[in-house]
Amino acid sequence: MDIAVNILLTIATAATPLLVAAIGELVVERSGVLNLGVEGMMIMGAVAGFGAGYLTGSPWLGLLAAVLVGALFSLLFAVMTLSLATNQVATGLSLTLLGLGLSGMMGTGFVGLPGERLPNLYIPFLTDLPVVGRLVFGQDPVFYISIALIAGVAWFLFRTRTGLTLRSIGDSHTSAHALGIHVLRYRYLAVLFGGACAGLAGGQLSLVYTPQWVENMTAGRGWIALALVVFASWRPWRGPAGGYIFGAGRNGQLHAQAFGIPVPSQFLSSLPYLATIAVLVLISRNKRLTMMNTPAALGQPFVPDR
Amino acid sequence: MGEPLATGNLLEVRGLTKVFGTLKACDAVDLTVARGEIHALLGENGAGKSTLVKMLFGSLEPHSGQILWQGTPVRITNPGVAKKLGIGMVFQHFSLFEALTAAENIALSLDDGSPIGQIAAKARALSFSYGLPLDPDSLVGDLSVGERQRIEIIRCLLQAPQLIILDEPTSVLTPQEADKLFETLERLREEGKSILYISHRLEEVKRICDRATVLRHGKVVGHCNPREETASSLARMMVGNEVKAVVRVPVDGLEEAPALLEIRNLSRKPATPFSIPLRNISLSVRAGEVVGIAGVAGNGQGEFFEAVSGEVRQEDTGAVRIGGKDAGALSITGRRLLGAAFVPEERLGHGAAPRMRLSENLLLSRHATDRKTFIGPGGMVRSGIVQSAAQRIIDAMDVRKSAPDPEAAALSGGNLQKFIVGRELDRRPSVMVVNQPTWGVDAGAAAHIRQALIELARSGSAVLVISQDLDELFEISDAIAVMHNGELSQPIPIAEATFEKIGLLMGGAEPGHAAHGSEAEIA
Repeated sequence: MDIAVNILLTIATAATPLLVAAIGELVVERSGVLNLGVEGMMIMGAVAGFGAGYLTGSPWLGLLAAVLVGALFSLLFAVMTLSLATNQVATGLSLTLLGLGLSGMMGTGFVGLPGERLPNLYIPFLTDLPVVGRLVFGQDPVFYISIALIAGVAWFLFRTRTGLTLRSIGDSHTSAHALGIHVLRYRYLAVLFGGACAGLAGGQLSLVYTPQWVENMTAGRGWIALALVVFASWRPWRGPAGGYIFGAGRNGQLHAQAFGIPVPSQFLSSLPYLATIAVLVLISRNKRLTMMNTPAALGQPFVPDR
Repeated sequence: MGEPLATGNLLEVRGLTKVFGTLKACDAVDLTVARGEIHALLGENGAGKSTLVKMLFGSLEPHSGQILWQGTPVRITNPGVAKKLGIGMVFQHFSLFEALTAAENIALSLDDGSPIGQIAAKARALSFSYGLPLDPDSLVGDLSVGERQRIEIIRCLLQAPQLIILDEPTSVLTPQEADKLFETLERLREEGKSILYISHRLEEVKRICDRATVLRHGKVVGHCNPREETASSLARMMVGNEVKAVVRVPVDGLEEAPALLEIRNLSRKPATPFSIPLRNISLSVRAGEVVGIAGVAGNGQGEFFEAVSGEVRQEDTGAVRIGGKDAGALSITGRRLLGAAFVPEERLGHGAAPRMRLSENLLLSRHATDRKTFIGPGGMVRSGIVQSAAQRIIDAMDVRKSAPDPEAAALSGGNLQKFIVGRELDRRPSVMVVNQPTWGVDAGAAAHIRQALIELARSGSAVLVISQDLDELFEISDAIAVMHNGELSQPIPIAEATFEKIGLLMGGAEPGHAAHGSEAEIA
């Protein structure tokens, strides 16, 4: 039983950064912007989180720094794609490359240092309950934040007027502009939120998952988060299912080896992308559902005419 | 908003000017709209009508000039300001969100934050009271254009506007839907609301509008009471001079001329469950002649055009012959290389690639036929030459545009049509096939296009025109054939053709041959 609980716990910890980054990117894409720089913003969050945690001795300050640096880094993307209307795909890709390089440079002094770790939640009695105790009441803080984020984003997008406005911009920015909606203002805020989430995801990696700094420690998680948004077909509550499957895939290899089952690691690491392709094939069978959920203006630059 | 005054103008515009690059889209425009009137804004494509109303609604910022609302100067910096003043707008290209429901679309333009359910109920009640029934829960993407326009109108009315601007509202409606719209507008006028009605359709302006302001090249050229004018006097104001009547000099000896386009026993199975099969169509168009094909929409004209142009190839390679050569199995480019040119009905996405520049669109359709001119050594595009060719077409057809070489989608429909027709005419093709040459094009430009088609034929080309506009066909054709249910009648020489004769054929009577059995007799 303990083994099963341990496996579930490691899966949850592995899935959390994917979920957090994906929920941020989901909001960005719902506003009609495609930010392929998730990996770059995440690694910047990771190095900032580790550095601030190490220097101040407080993992909480580290997490805050990760969020702020992620948002700040996405501001660069926002200025380029929104104010200067550059190509979103090219800008996002260069943001990733810049983030990987810059974080490596900033982190040279941190390599090999012991980091601070965010403590897991501990509630007397509740956390000590068998099985459910540690799963429900004993995880790290970012796990609970991720659940709150998904619930919050789902409520915001589909229950509030501001969320409706954001979705409308993602559907047609020209129509929104004609109605007097400030398209770029909404998109700026969405991109910043996405950056903050990606930074938080990076902070989880360097402050919870493996409390240390290793160059390129995001290891493609930003790309999986992007795939996860499509996998969830832009609906927040479909994120966790995919997130935990992808997280399980990442860890499955280790557990499979422990049980002596030979599964090629390449197969498991390609699993998220295969699953995303399968989902794309499935959702594109229904034109109407695709139209309802896919932001029609995704990736198109918008220049308001005055 | 203030209490409505009993007298005075609701809206007054003085010297409003808007410049795009080098084009003065609006040049010191003056306009007044009184309370409780339907005021027409008339003008050709590109005369500046849409630009003017976009400034009134705050979507565009004027360079200079003044707007007075109920006698007070106002600055309308964005649509929110316009809405607060009491100005509502129904856009030409609807500003709706397809992925959202009707109620959500309406909620987005209201600023009161009331729950969607309440808005839906209000919208439903209002729509029924105006006889424009609307299901607030339906997804806009599933609705027809007429239903979408209803949403726009209801959305506009829910803001309780004093002035409602409608930008070419009937251009996408069926005649029945348009009648319904006119009833609604008349009712709104009775309620004391003012309507600014933009159109280039003279008959409907005469029918519902109390006053008219006429724009030409961005300037106001006149005010009038449309009811006291005739359609041709209004057209004269719009175009600036008498719309030149199309001249078609009959020529003799066409029977001896060689047939440049021959269709022989062309048949085609229906491509989709909703399309019409083509049944054994034969027709020849001789050098020097314009042949028109009339018919009610959806009787196989689209399918016929696809087969003739090569969008769909035939198994029987002799079914379409161009310049005496079998062309049935050739692609569009192959047929163009035999000297043919084609103008499809749908402009954006078919006749032109929307997001590409006019010069690029020119290259797309003529890269093969004008290879020697447009393509240099090593397959490099000679962009200077392509651009000057595009400019030559723009000048020849008087295409109005706001940038030197704009994207096709940036042009108004009529101006794009002029460019697409001009692009093919510029080649002096020996065979020209056009589907709906002047659909949505204003009177002056339509006359220009028609005259150009006649002149092309008289210079020795074969011209085939498919149109639903009978007046147009009578103006330009030497002979008219009628398409009905996938069959084509014998061409009737224009001297023998009457509206009645053609009308009967369009309804399915077939005096050219013996009756074809039951289908032909149901009319």
